[in-house]
Amino acid sequence: MFFEYDPVLYSRILTYATLGFHVIFATIGVGIPLMIAIAEWMGIKRNDPHYTLLARRWARGFVITVAIGVVTGTAMGLQLSLLWPNFMQTAGHTIGLPMFMEAFAFFFEAIFLGIYLYTWDRFKSQMKHFLLVIPVVIGATASAFFITTVNAFMNMPQGFEMIDGVISSVNPLEAMFNPATPTKVSHVIITCYLTAAFVLGAIAAVRILKGNKSAYHKKALHLTMVTGAVFAIGTALVGDLSGKYLHEYQPEKLAAAEWHFETETHAPLILGGFLDSDNEVRFALEIPYALSILAGGTPGTEVTGLNDFDPNDLPPLWVHYFFDSMVFIGMFLAFTSILFVFMNWKKGWNPFNRPLMMMVVAGGPLSILAIQSGWIFAEVGRQPWILNGFMRTSEGATTSQHVDIMLYLFLTLYAVLGITCIVVLRKMFNRNPVEREMEKRGIDNQEIE
Amino acid sequence: MTYEIVGITVLWTFLYGYLIVASIDFGAGFFSYYSKRTKKNHVIHHIIQRYLSPVWEVTNVFLVFFFIGIVGFFPETAYYYGTALLIPGSVAIILLAIRGSYYAFATYGSKESNFFSFLYGATGLLIPASLTTVLTISEGGYISQESGNVELLYGELFSSPYSWGVVILAIVSVLFISASFLTYYASRAKDEKALELLRRYALTWAAPSIIMGMIVFYLLGEQNPTHFASMLDLWWMFAISFVAFAVATFFIWKRRNYGTAFILVCVQFFAAFFAYGASHLPYLLYPYLTIYDGFTNETMAIALIAAFIAGLLLLLPSLYLLMRLFLFDADYVEGRK
Ligand code: HDD
Ligand code: HEM
Ligand code: HEM
Repeated sequence: MFFEYDPVLYSRILTYATLGFHVIFATIGVGIPLMIAIAEWMGIKRNDPHYTLLARRWARGFVITVAIGVVTGTAMGLQLSLLWPNFMQTAGHTIGLPMFMEAFAFFFEAIFLGIYLYTWDRFKSQMKHFLLVIPVVIGATASAFFITTVNAFMNMPQGFEMIDGVISSVNPLEAMFNPATPTKVSHVIITCYLTAAFVLGAIAAVRILKGNKSAYHKKALHLTMVTGAVFAIGTALVGDLSGKYLHEYQPEKLAAAEWHFETETHAPLILGGFLDSDNEVRFALEIPYALSILAGGTPGTEVTGLNDFDPNDLPPLWVHYFFDSMVFIGMFLAFTSILFVFMNWKKGWNPFNRPLMMMVVAGGPLSILAIQSGWIFAEVGRQPWILNGFMRTSEGATTSQHVDIMLYLFLTLYAVLGITCIVVLRKMFNRNPVEREMEKRGIDNQEIE
Repeated sequence: MTYEIVGITVLWTFLYGYLIVASIDFGAGFFSYYSKRTKKNHVIHHIIQRYLSPVWEVTNVFLVFFFIGIVGFFPETAYYYGTALLIPGSVAIILLAIRGSYYAFATYGSKESNFFSFLYGATGLLIPASLTTVLTISEGGYISQESGNVELLYGELFSSPYSWGVVILAIVSVLFISASFLTYYASRAKDEKALELLRRYALTWAAPSIIMGMIVFYLLGEQNPTHFASMLDLWWMFAISFVAFAVATFFIWKRRNYGTAFILVCVQFFAAFFAYGASHLPYLLYPYLTIYDGFTNETMAIALIAAFIAGLLLLLPSLYLLMRLFLFDADYVEGRK
């Protein structure tokens, strides 16, 4: 590349590449088991083979994405030690516990996933097979829980004392359950569910747009949009609480996200725009009082501005755009799913109209974009700290001379994996279209106009 | 027993678990590819698929468990091994990634593809070779620490007979463990043809694995005399290992007790692996790091051990269920489910 070799910079880029790639599959991996469970449950309760088939086909695609989640996760886990040895040496004393428990959660999930996938027709009672997906849902969500407590700890380290770089008086539970944990964990988990709902919904919407009239796809869309609406509202509520958390504990992150320079009450929320050379905000949409409300619930809340912080401790201001994208997409997803549910509920309205279907299709990739934006905002917004207030990112990195080559190797790997994943999934479902599978299993394929 | 010893024992046990289940998996990949090349694939393909499909992810978790656990119990290892192993570690990750994902692609996704099964077979041998680098460098002499910077000495590593000995030992052991398990599985499946072929593989790799074991034993004496001396103190464990090997091979040769034979192979590797590990102590990385100066704080140690016990209570019944459904269920094994 065009700049001088710096292991810290390359380690950061490589970490971003691995996490950014992993988190796509991890998010889907946490969310989809829940959707599978809901579909299988509906199939049993309504005695409707369409839902059962939905669960089956989702599970089949899920195996492919899980595989990539597992291998990239393994890469991430090892890279933490390979790229950030100094950080792990220090932080290992406090975050060992949640990471260890995460491994148990994986173990639990992996065992039951193996059983679940290979026992579709082995039990007489469908209920027994349904019960096997519960541990998968719990395992996936638990692993998200544990790993996110680690990330929360990096934002709000506590539960130890640091004297001259040496850690003592460690309390692992206090470290795990720090002030960042409640909002962070709940926001991450609920957005995993939201994303899964929209990714699956988008697939159904594509089929409907292509003119497929099977009731199967309509049921899939209905199921994903109803759950999507619930999770979208939940996401916005928890997102609001995350803002209040930032105001209280990481005000510099909030100020950077909102280009909020002067400490003041009745602060406006700034959408879009750009900063000119004098740090004046131009061409932005301002929502009066909204920032104060996001931060403290009332317009009178005083929000600390960037000018009150040591400039050496501030994150880059471009995180603003990532925060905005996330919030905008959140609003869009909520709007789309609620509109669908509403039109579906109204007699005589057609919720499967073209524009709405296109919005649902867009919702799939957008929700993943929101996940990426959210993480970039949260992680870059913590800079220059790797362990907020205790250790700078540059102090945590490896000193090895070869991170650049590794970066290119891994970028190639992820590109190949990503492309093959898409090709394989497409082949898998195109070769075995749902109509044919319904025929094979003797399921009535109702067509609805 | 001190916390340090408990910690390293837990981790070593998981690594042993990985050694066995991963060997079965790695070797199966190689046999699958090899038999395809020699047009005998139809004979054993089924056996391998039936066993591997439900368990491949579980295998990976054994490894994850080990490397997450070691940073938890011994954070200091992250510094030494993390800095030194950037390249070999990354190579291992890439191989694991290719293997895991292409296995899933081939099994669930697309039709039989020669390319996928080549990747699957080749990575099966390359991964053990690259992972054993960690054990090799732990013997000392391959790492320098100058002015605070840890570096791996590639010249030493690639020119050392010991390091190559370990690589070959790893590969032949993988093939032996795998073949002896698959022989047993084929006998349970009452698949005579597969049984014959796999039994022959097992007998082929039996002698090389024990001979390589002895060669590496000797080479270690040159590389790290201190470690070698304490290994000699544990000679009886190596003796157990040898006896288990001899009886196992005898059974397979005589076409009887395949189950017992596989258990004896496990005993063979258990005894040797733990004798190797126990005599390595107290060093995690000779001579820089011992289990005592690299250990985490006491509160964390207690928390980890508590989490470990709670986790085991959850895992053992689940693993039992998995084995009952896929390993000990005659109908499934014989392909009737
Ligand atoms: C589909 C994904 C998605 C959507 C629609 C939203 N978020 Fe989000 N957000 C995330 C996905 C996400 C995330 C990827 O899960 C993050 C990154 C780090 C974290 O804790 O969660 C996150 C972080 C995050 C943070 C930073 C937390 C921290 O650094 O501790 C705030 C303040 C918000 N979000 C607020 C919102 C608001 C007000 C939304 C309005 C609807 C919103 N998010 C929608
Ligand atoms: C075990 C917990 C985690 C650790 C130890 C960790 C560590 C790090 C480190 C060291 C960096 C580089 C610093 C930087 O360049 O900004 C980073 C960046 C990043 N992390 Fe985290 N992280 C953790 C959890 C997560 C999670 C769960 C995600 C989301 C999946 C995530 C998303 C990111 C992203 C997107 C970046 C890139 C930021 C950039 O562009 O620099 N992190 N993380
Ligand atoms: C919010 C962010 C993250 C979520 C939701 C998440 C969730 C997941 C999920 C669902 C899987 C697939 C496991 C399975 O299906 O069995 C997975 C794999 C994995 N993840 Fe992540 N992860 C996140 C970030 C991280 C980070 C930062 C690390 C690094 C420490 C990490 C380490 C791993 C490992 C080691 C695996 C492989 C486990 C296995 O072999 O089964 N994850 N993760």
